[in-house]
Amino acid sequence: MTKASYVRDQMLPPQAPPVSEAGVVKWLRENLFSGWFNTILTLVGVVVIYWLVASALPWWLNSVWNAESLGQCREIVAATAGEGATGACWAMIRERWHQFIFGFYPPDLWWRPIMAFGLLFVALAPVLFSGQRRNLTAILGAAFAFLLVTLYLAGAPMAAWVLVLALILGLAGLAQAMPGKLLWFTAIYPALCFWLLWGGSIWSPVAAMLGFVVMGVAYVALVGRMGPTASAIAGVVLAALWWLILDVPVANAIQSAIPFGLQPVASDQFGGFLLAITIGVTAITFSLPIGILLALGRQSDMLIVKTLCVGFIEFIRGVPLITLLFTASLLLQYFLPPGTNFDIILRVIILVTLFAAAYLAEVIRGGLAALPRGQYEAADALGLDYWRAQRLIILPQALKISIPAIVSTFIGLFKDTTLVAFVGLMDPLKGVTQIVRADIDWKGIYWEPYIFVGVIFFVICFGMSRYSMYLERKLKTDHR
Amino acid sequence: MALASDVPKESFRLSMLIYDTRYRSITIQIFVLVLFGLFLAWLLNNTAQNLATRGKEFNFGFLWQRAGYDIGQQLIPYTNDSNHFRALLVGLINTLVVAIIGCVLATVIGVFVGVMRLSKNWLVGRLMTVYVEMFRNVPLLLWILLSYVILSETTPQPRDFRLTDEMAAAGEAPAASMILFDTVAVTNRGTNVPSPLFDRSLGTLDLGGMSISLTLLAYIAVIAGSVWVNRRILAAARAQQEATGDRPVTWWKSLAVLFVPVIALSAALGLHLEIPELRGFNFQGGILVAHSFTALVIALALYTAAFIAEIVRAGILAISRGQSEAAFALGLRPGRTMNLIILPQALRVIIPPLISQYLNLTKNTSLGIAVSYLDLRGTLGGITLNQTGRELECMLLMMLIYLTISLIISAVMNLYNKSVQIKAR
Repeated sequence: MTKASYVRDQMLPPQAPPVSEAGVVKWLRENLFSGWFNTILTLVGVVVIYWLVASALPWWLNSVWNAESLGQCREIVAATAGEGATGACWAMIRERWHQFIFGFYPPDLWWRPIMAFGLLFVALAPVLFSGQRRNLTAILGAAFAFLLVTLYLAGAPMAAWVLVLALILGLAGLAQAMPGKLLWFTAIYPALCFWLLWGGSIWSPVAAMLGFVVMGVAYVALVGRMGPTASAIAGVVLAALWWLILDVPVANAIQSAIPFGLQPVASDQFGGFLLAITIGVTAITFSLPIGILLALGRQSDMLIVKTLCVGFIEFIRGVPLITLLFTASLLLQYFLPPGTNFDIILRVIILVTLFAAAYLAEVIRGGLAALPRGQYEAADALGLDYWRAQRLIILPQALKISIPAIVSTFIGLFKDTTLVAFVGLMDPLKGVTQIVRADIDWKGIYWEPYIFVGVIFFVICFGMSRYSMYLERKLKTDHR
Repeated sequence: MALASDVPKESFRLSMLIYDTRYRSITIQIFVLVLFGLFLAWLLNNTAQNLATRGKEFNFGFLWQRAGYDIGQQLIPYTNDSNHFRALLVGLINTLVVAIIGCVLATVIGVFVGVMRLSKNWLVGRLMTVYVEMFRNVPLLLWILLSYVILSETTPQPRDFRLTDEMAAAGEAPAASMILFDTVAVTNRGTNVPSPLFDRSLGTLDLGGMSISLTLLAYIAVIAGSVWVNRRILAAARAQQEATGDRPVTWWKSLAVLFVPVIALSAALGLHLEIPELRGFNFQGGILVAHSFTALVIALALYTAAFIAEIVRAGILAISRGQSEAAFALGLRPGRTMNLIILPQALRVIIPPLISQYLNLTKNTSLGIAVSYLDLRGTLGGITLNQTGRELECMLLMMLIYLTISLIISAVMNLYNKSVQIKAR
């Protein structure tokens, strides 16, 4: 045995990983060049991106913001970037943006839709972020800041400032003291929004809202004696009587006693995103409850109710929205009593609401069907009646399951508001763009208006889909 | 012993109609039925009154009057002397053509994008995400209008294709040239594509107003026959494989059976392509495909493909990882794993939402009105309606037809859905 045995008494320092297994190179190898097929895909992707950038980038870089007409735009591009260069002509947007946003709404009244838009978020906040004081305050602050800036830009009159300050301060105080009570503002917001947008006497929306008060009072007064179903029916009947008989005279009487109102704006002056958002938001708000009722009706044990709901849903889902819009513009005059003629925007809103409600009903039915049978049986075992079981046990879970689909129905609805162009309303996409393109100054412009409108639609719809993801995460209770 | 007859009989009180759950549902249903009946009666009464005050009556006789307008794209013979019913048929066929081509294209693009979006390649995945989000979040109308405007405003005029003598002498090329081996010309008036012509056509069969091309029938018969023979060959191969374990080579038999008869028929009939040619100020020969059609198909296909891509992706993701790992453990290559393990299972998840996308696409063809494509909505619900002033009849008929198409599509697809579902025993 020799003594010269070699024993290592200290560890070698760890070697750095091979170049191909670390950092950027590893990422590139794994994600872009992991095999011959992937390499080809990557190369094709790079070529596509290069082609897109090479054809679009000069166009973006040569954008012209100040010009009188498309011809002038092209001259400026030719002068700065050389003959044959292409350039975007955003001067058109600069000159016509107000038509894309407001249509032909009178410029000195722009503060009204702006205010309705800002307050929309205040009204939505308690629904979207129920009871979260921090989020509520943040939204109130943001809406306030938005209103300050835009109202200043729109040159709002003194009365508007007073109204906004009073509303925002009052609501901010309410949000601090009792965030739950902010829902009351959401309840009166539709009337306020209607009054701001269309103008006229303030007493007609107030009188219309009083119908709901009549319904509520009747229900509360009768529910102790007659039970929920009968008193609900009584409340609806009384409210209907109010709307049919007393509503208009009462509104007129108060108006003649205390005249207070805004300058009326006719429906044909609405246009652009003002129109799209008005129709979209109203239809979204009203289609959800109708959709829930239709879904419950379709799941119901009562044969006649079920048949009617199925018939309605399948009919609406089987025909294109355009035919329904044409029904609104051409056929309602046949179906309503002779001499009735009501606002085209209102007619369109009703039809769009019914359309969305049928789709929502199917989506919610999916959620109802996905609930395990045990949930229904547990609700029965607790002795809950039908409406309590639905409200406390079934619907909260069914709606949670169907949130993604509900939101994508809403997104579809908002995109479909562009179809009102076919019944003569001025939507931002076809109506306004056509007007702009018909102008001799901007004849032949096509990328810019579509990109402008498309980007706004994208931002709104993408925002909605992100919010639905947030909601899904927030409401997720299982641990999968 | 307590019998059911011993239960004390309750006397029926009127209030039980509301408070007793046994009777309440009947009460509610009768109440609803009465309300619905009253509503219907109210509608019908109003309609009758309105029709009377306008001096109109409700009948469909106008369908047999002379239409008097032209339709650009007509797949069955039609002139402006034909009646409104014929115009309706032309429109219906135009709707169906867009719907079918759109569905096929959208499925192809959608499956491709959906699979590519799941690819391990980061760059391709991101590109596909951008495509999907871009098309899903912007209204379809924008894509239709944009593709139409681009097609009709950026494409060259027919005279740009002309090669004048001076240009030939100077060695210059014309400003625009035809694509796809000089067979297709895209001008601002439409796309000129070659049309098939037969030297020895079989003529047409006249069936009381309906003329059917015998040539087309011959092709359909030959193709159906080849497909049937091919299925027999595959079935025989399968039987042999199950009996002996060896699968005979069939690909050359299939190829021969599928293609030789068609080629032989074409040769016998003298099939050749008539290529569009610039004569005078416009292209002559071939078929002129209007931009409204092309734009509608492109926009519908790209838009719906974005939704189908998401459906396909969700379907593939829904198949658990264990399935693909098991397939890899069996030694299957990724391509065969996809074909044999993942896709058959994913199809079950994919089909139901796919049906509703097909329905959506079919209904969205009615947006062709934006680019003056004369489909059902453009003929029956557009020009016919305006000319005859029969709003009620035209709209009801149109809704009925769309409803029928939707019901047929969903019935057919539901049958297919049944065939791919797991057979639970």
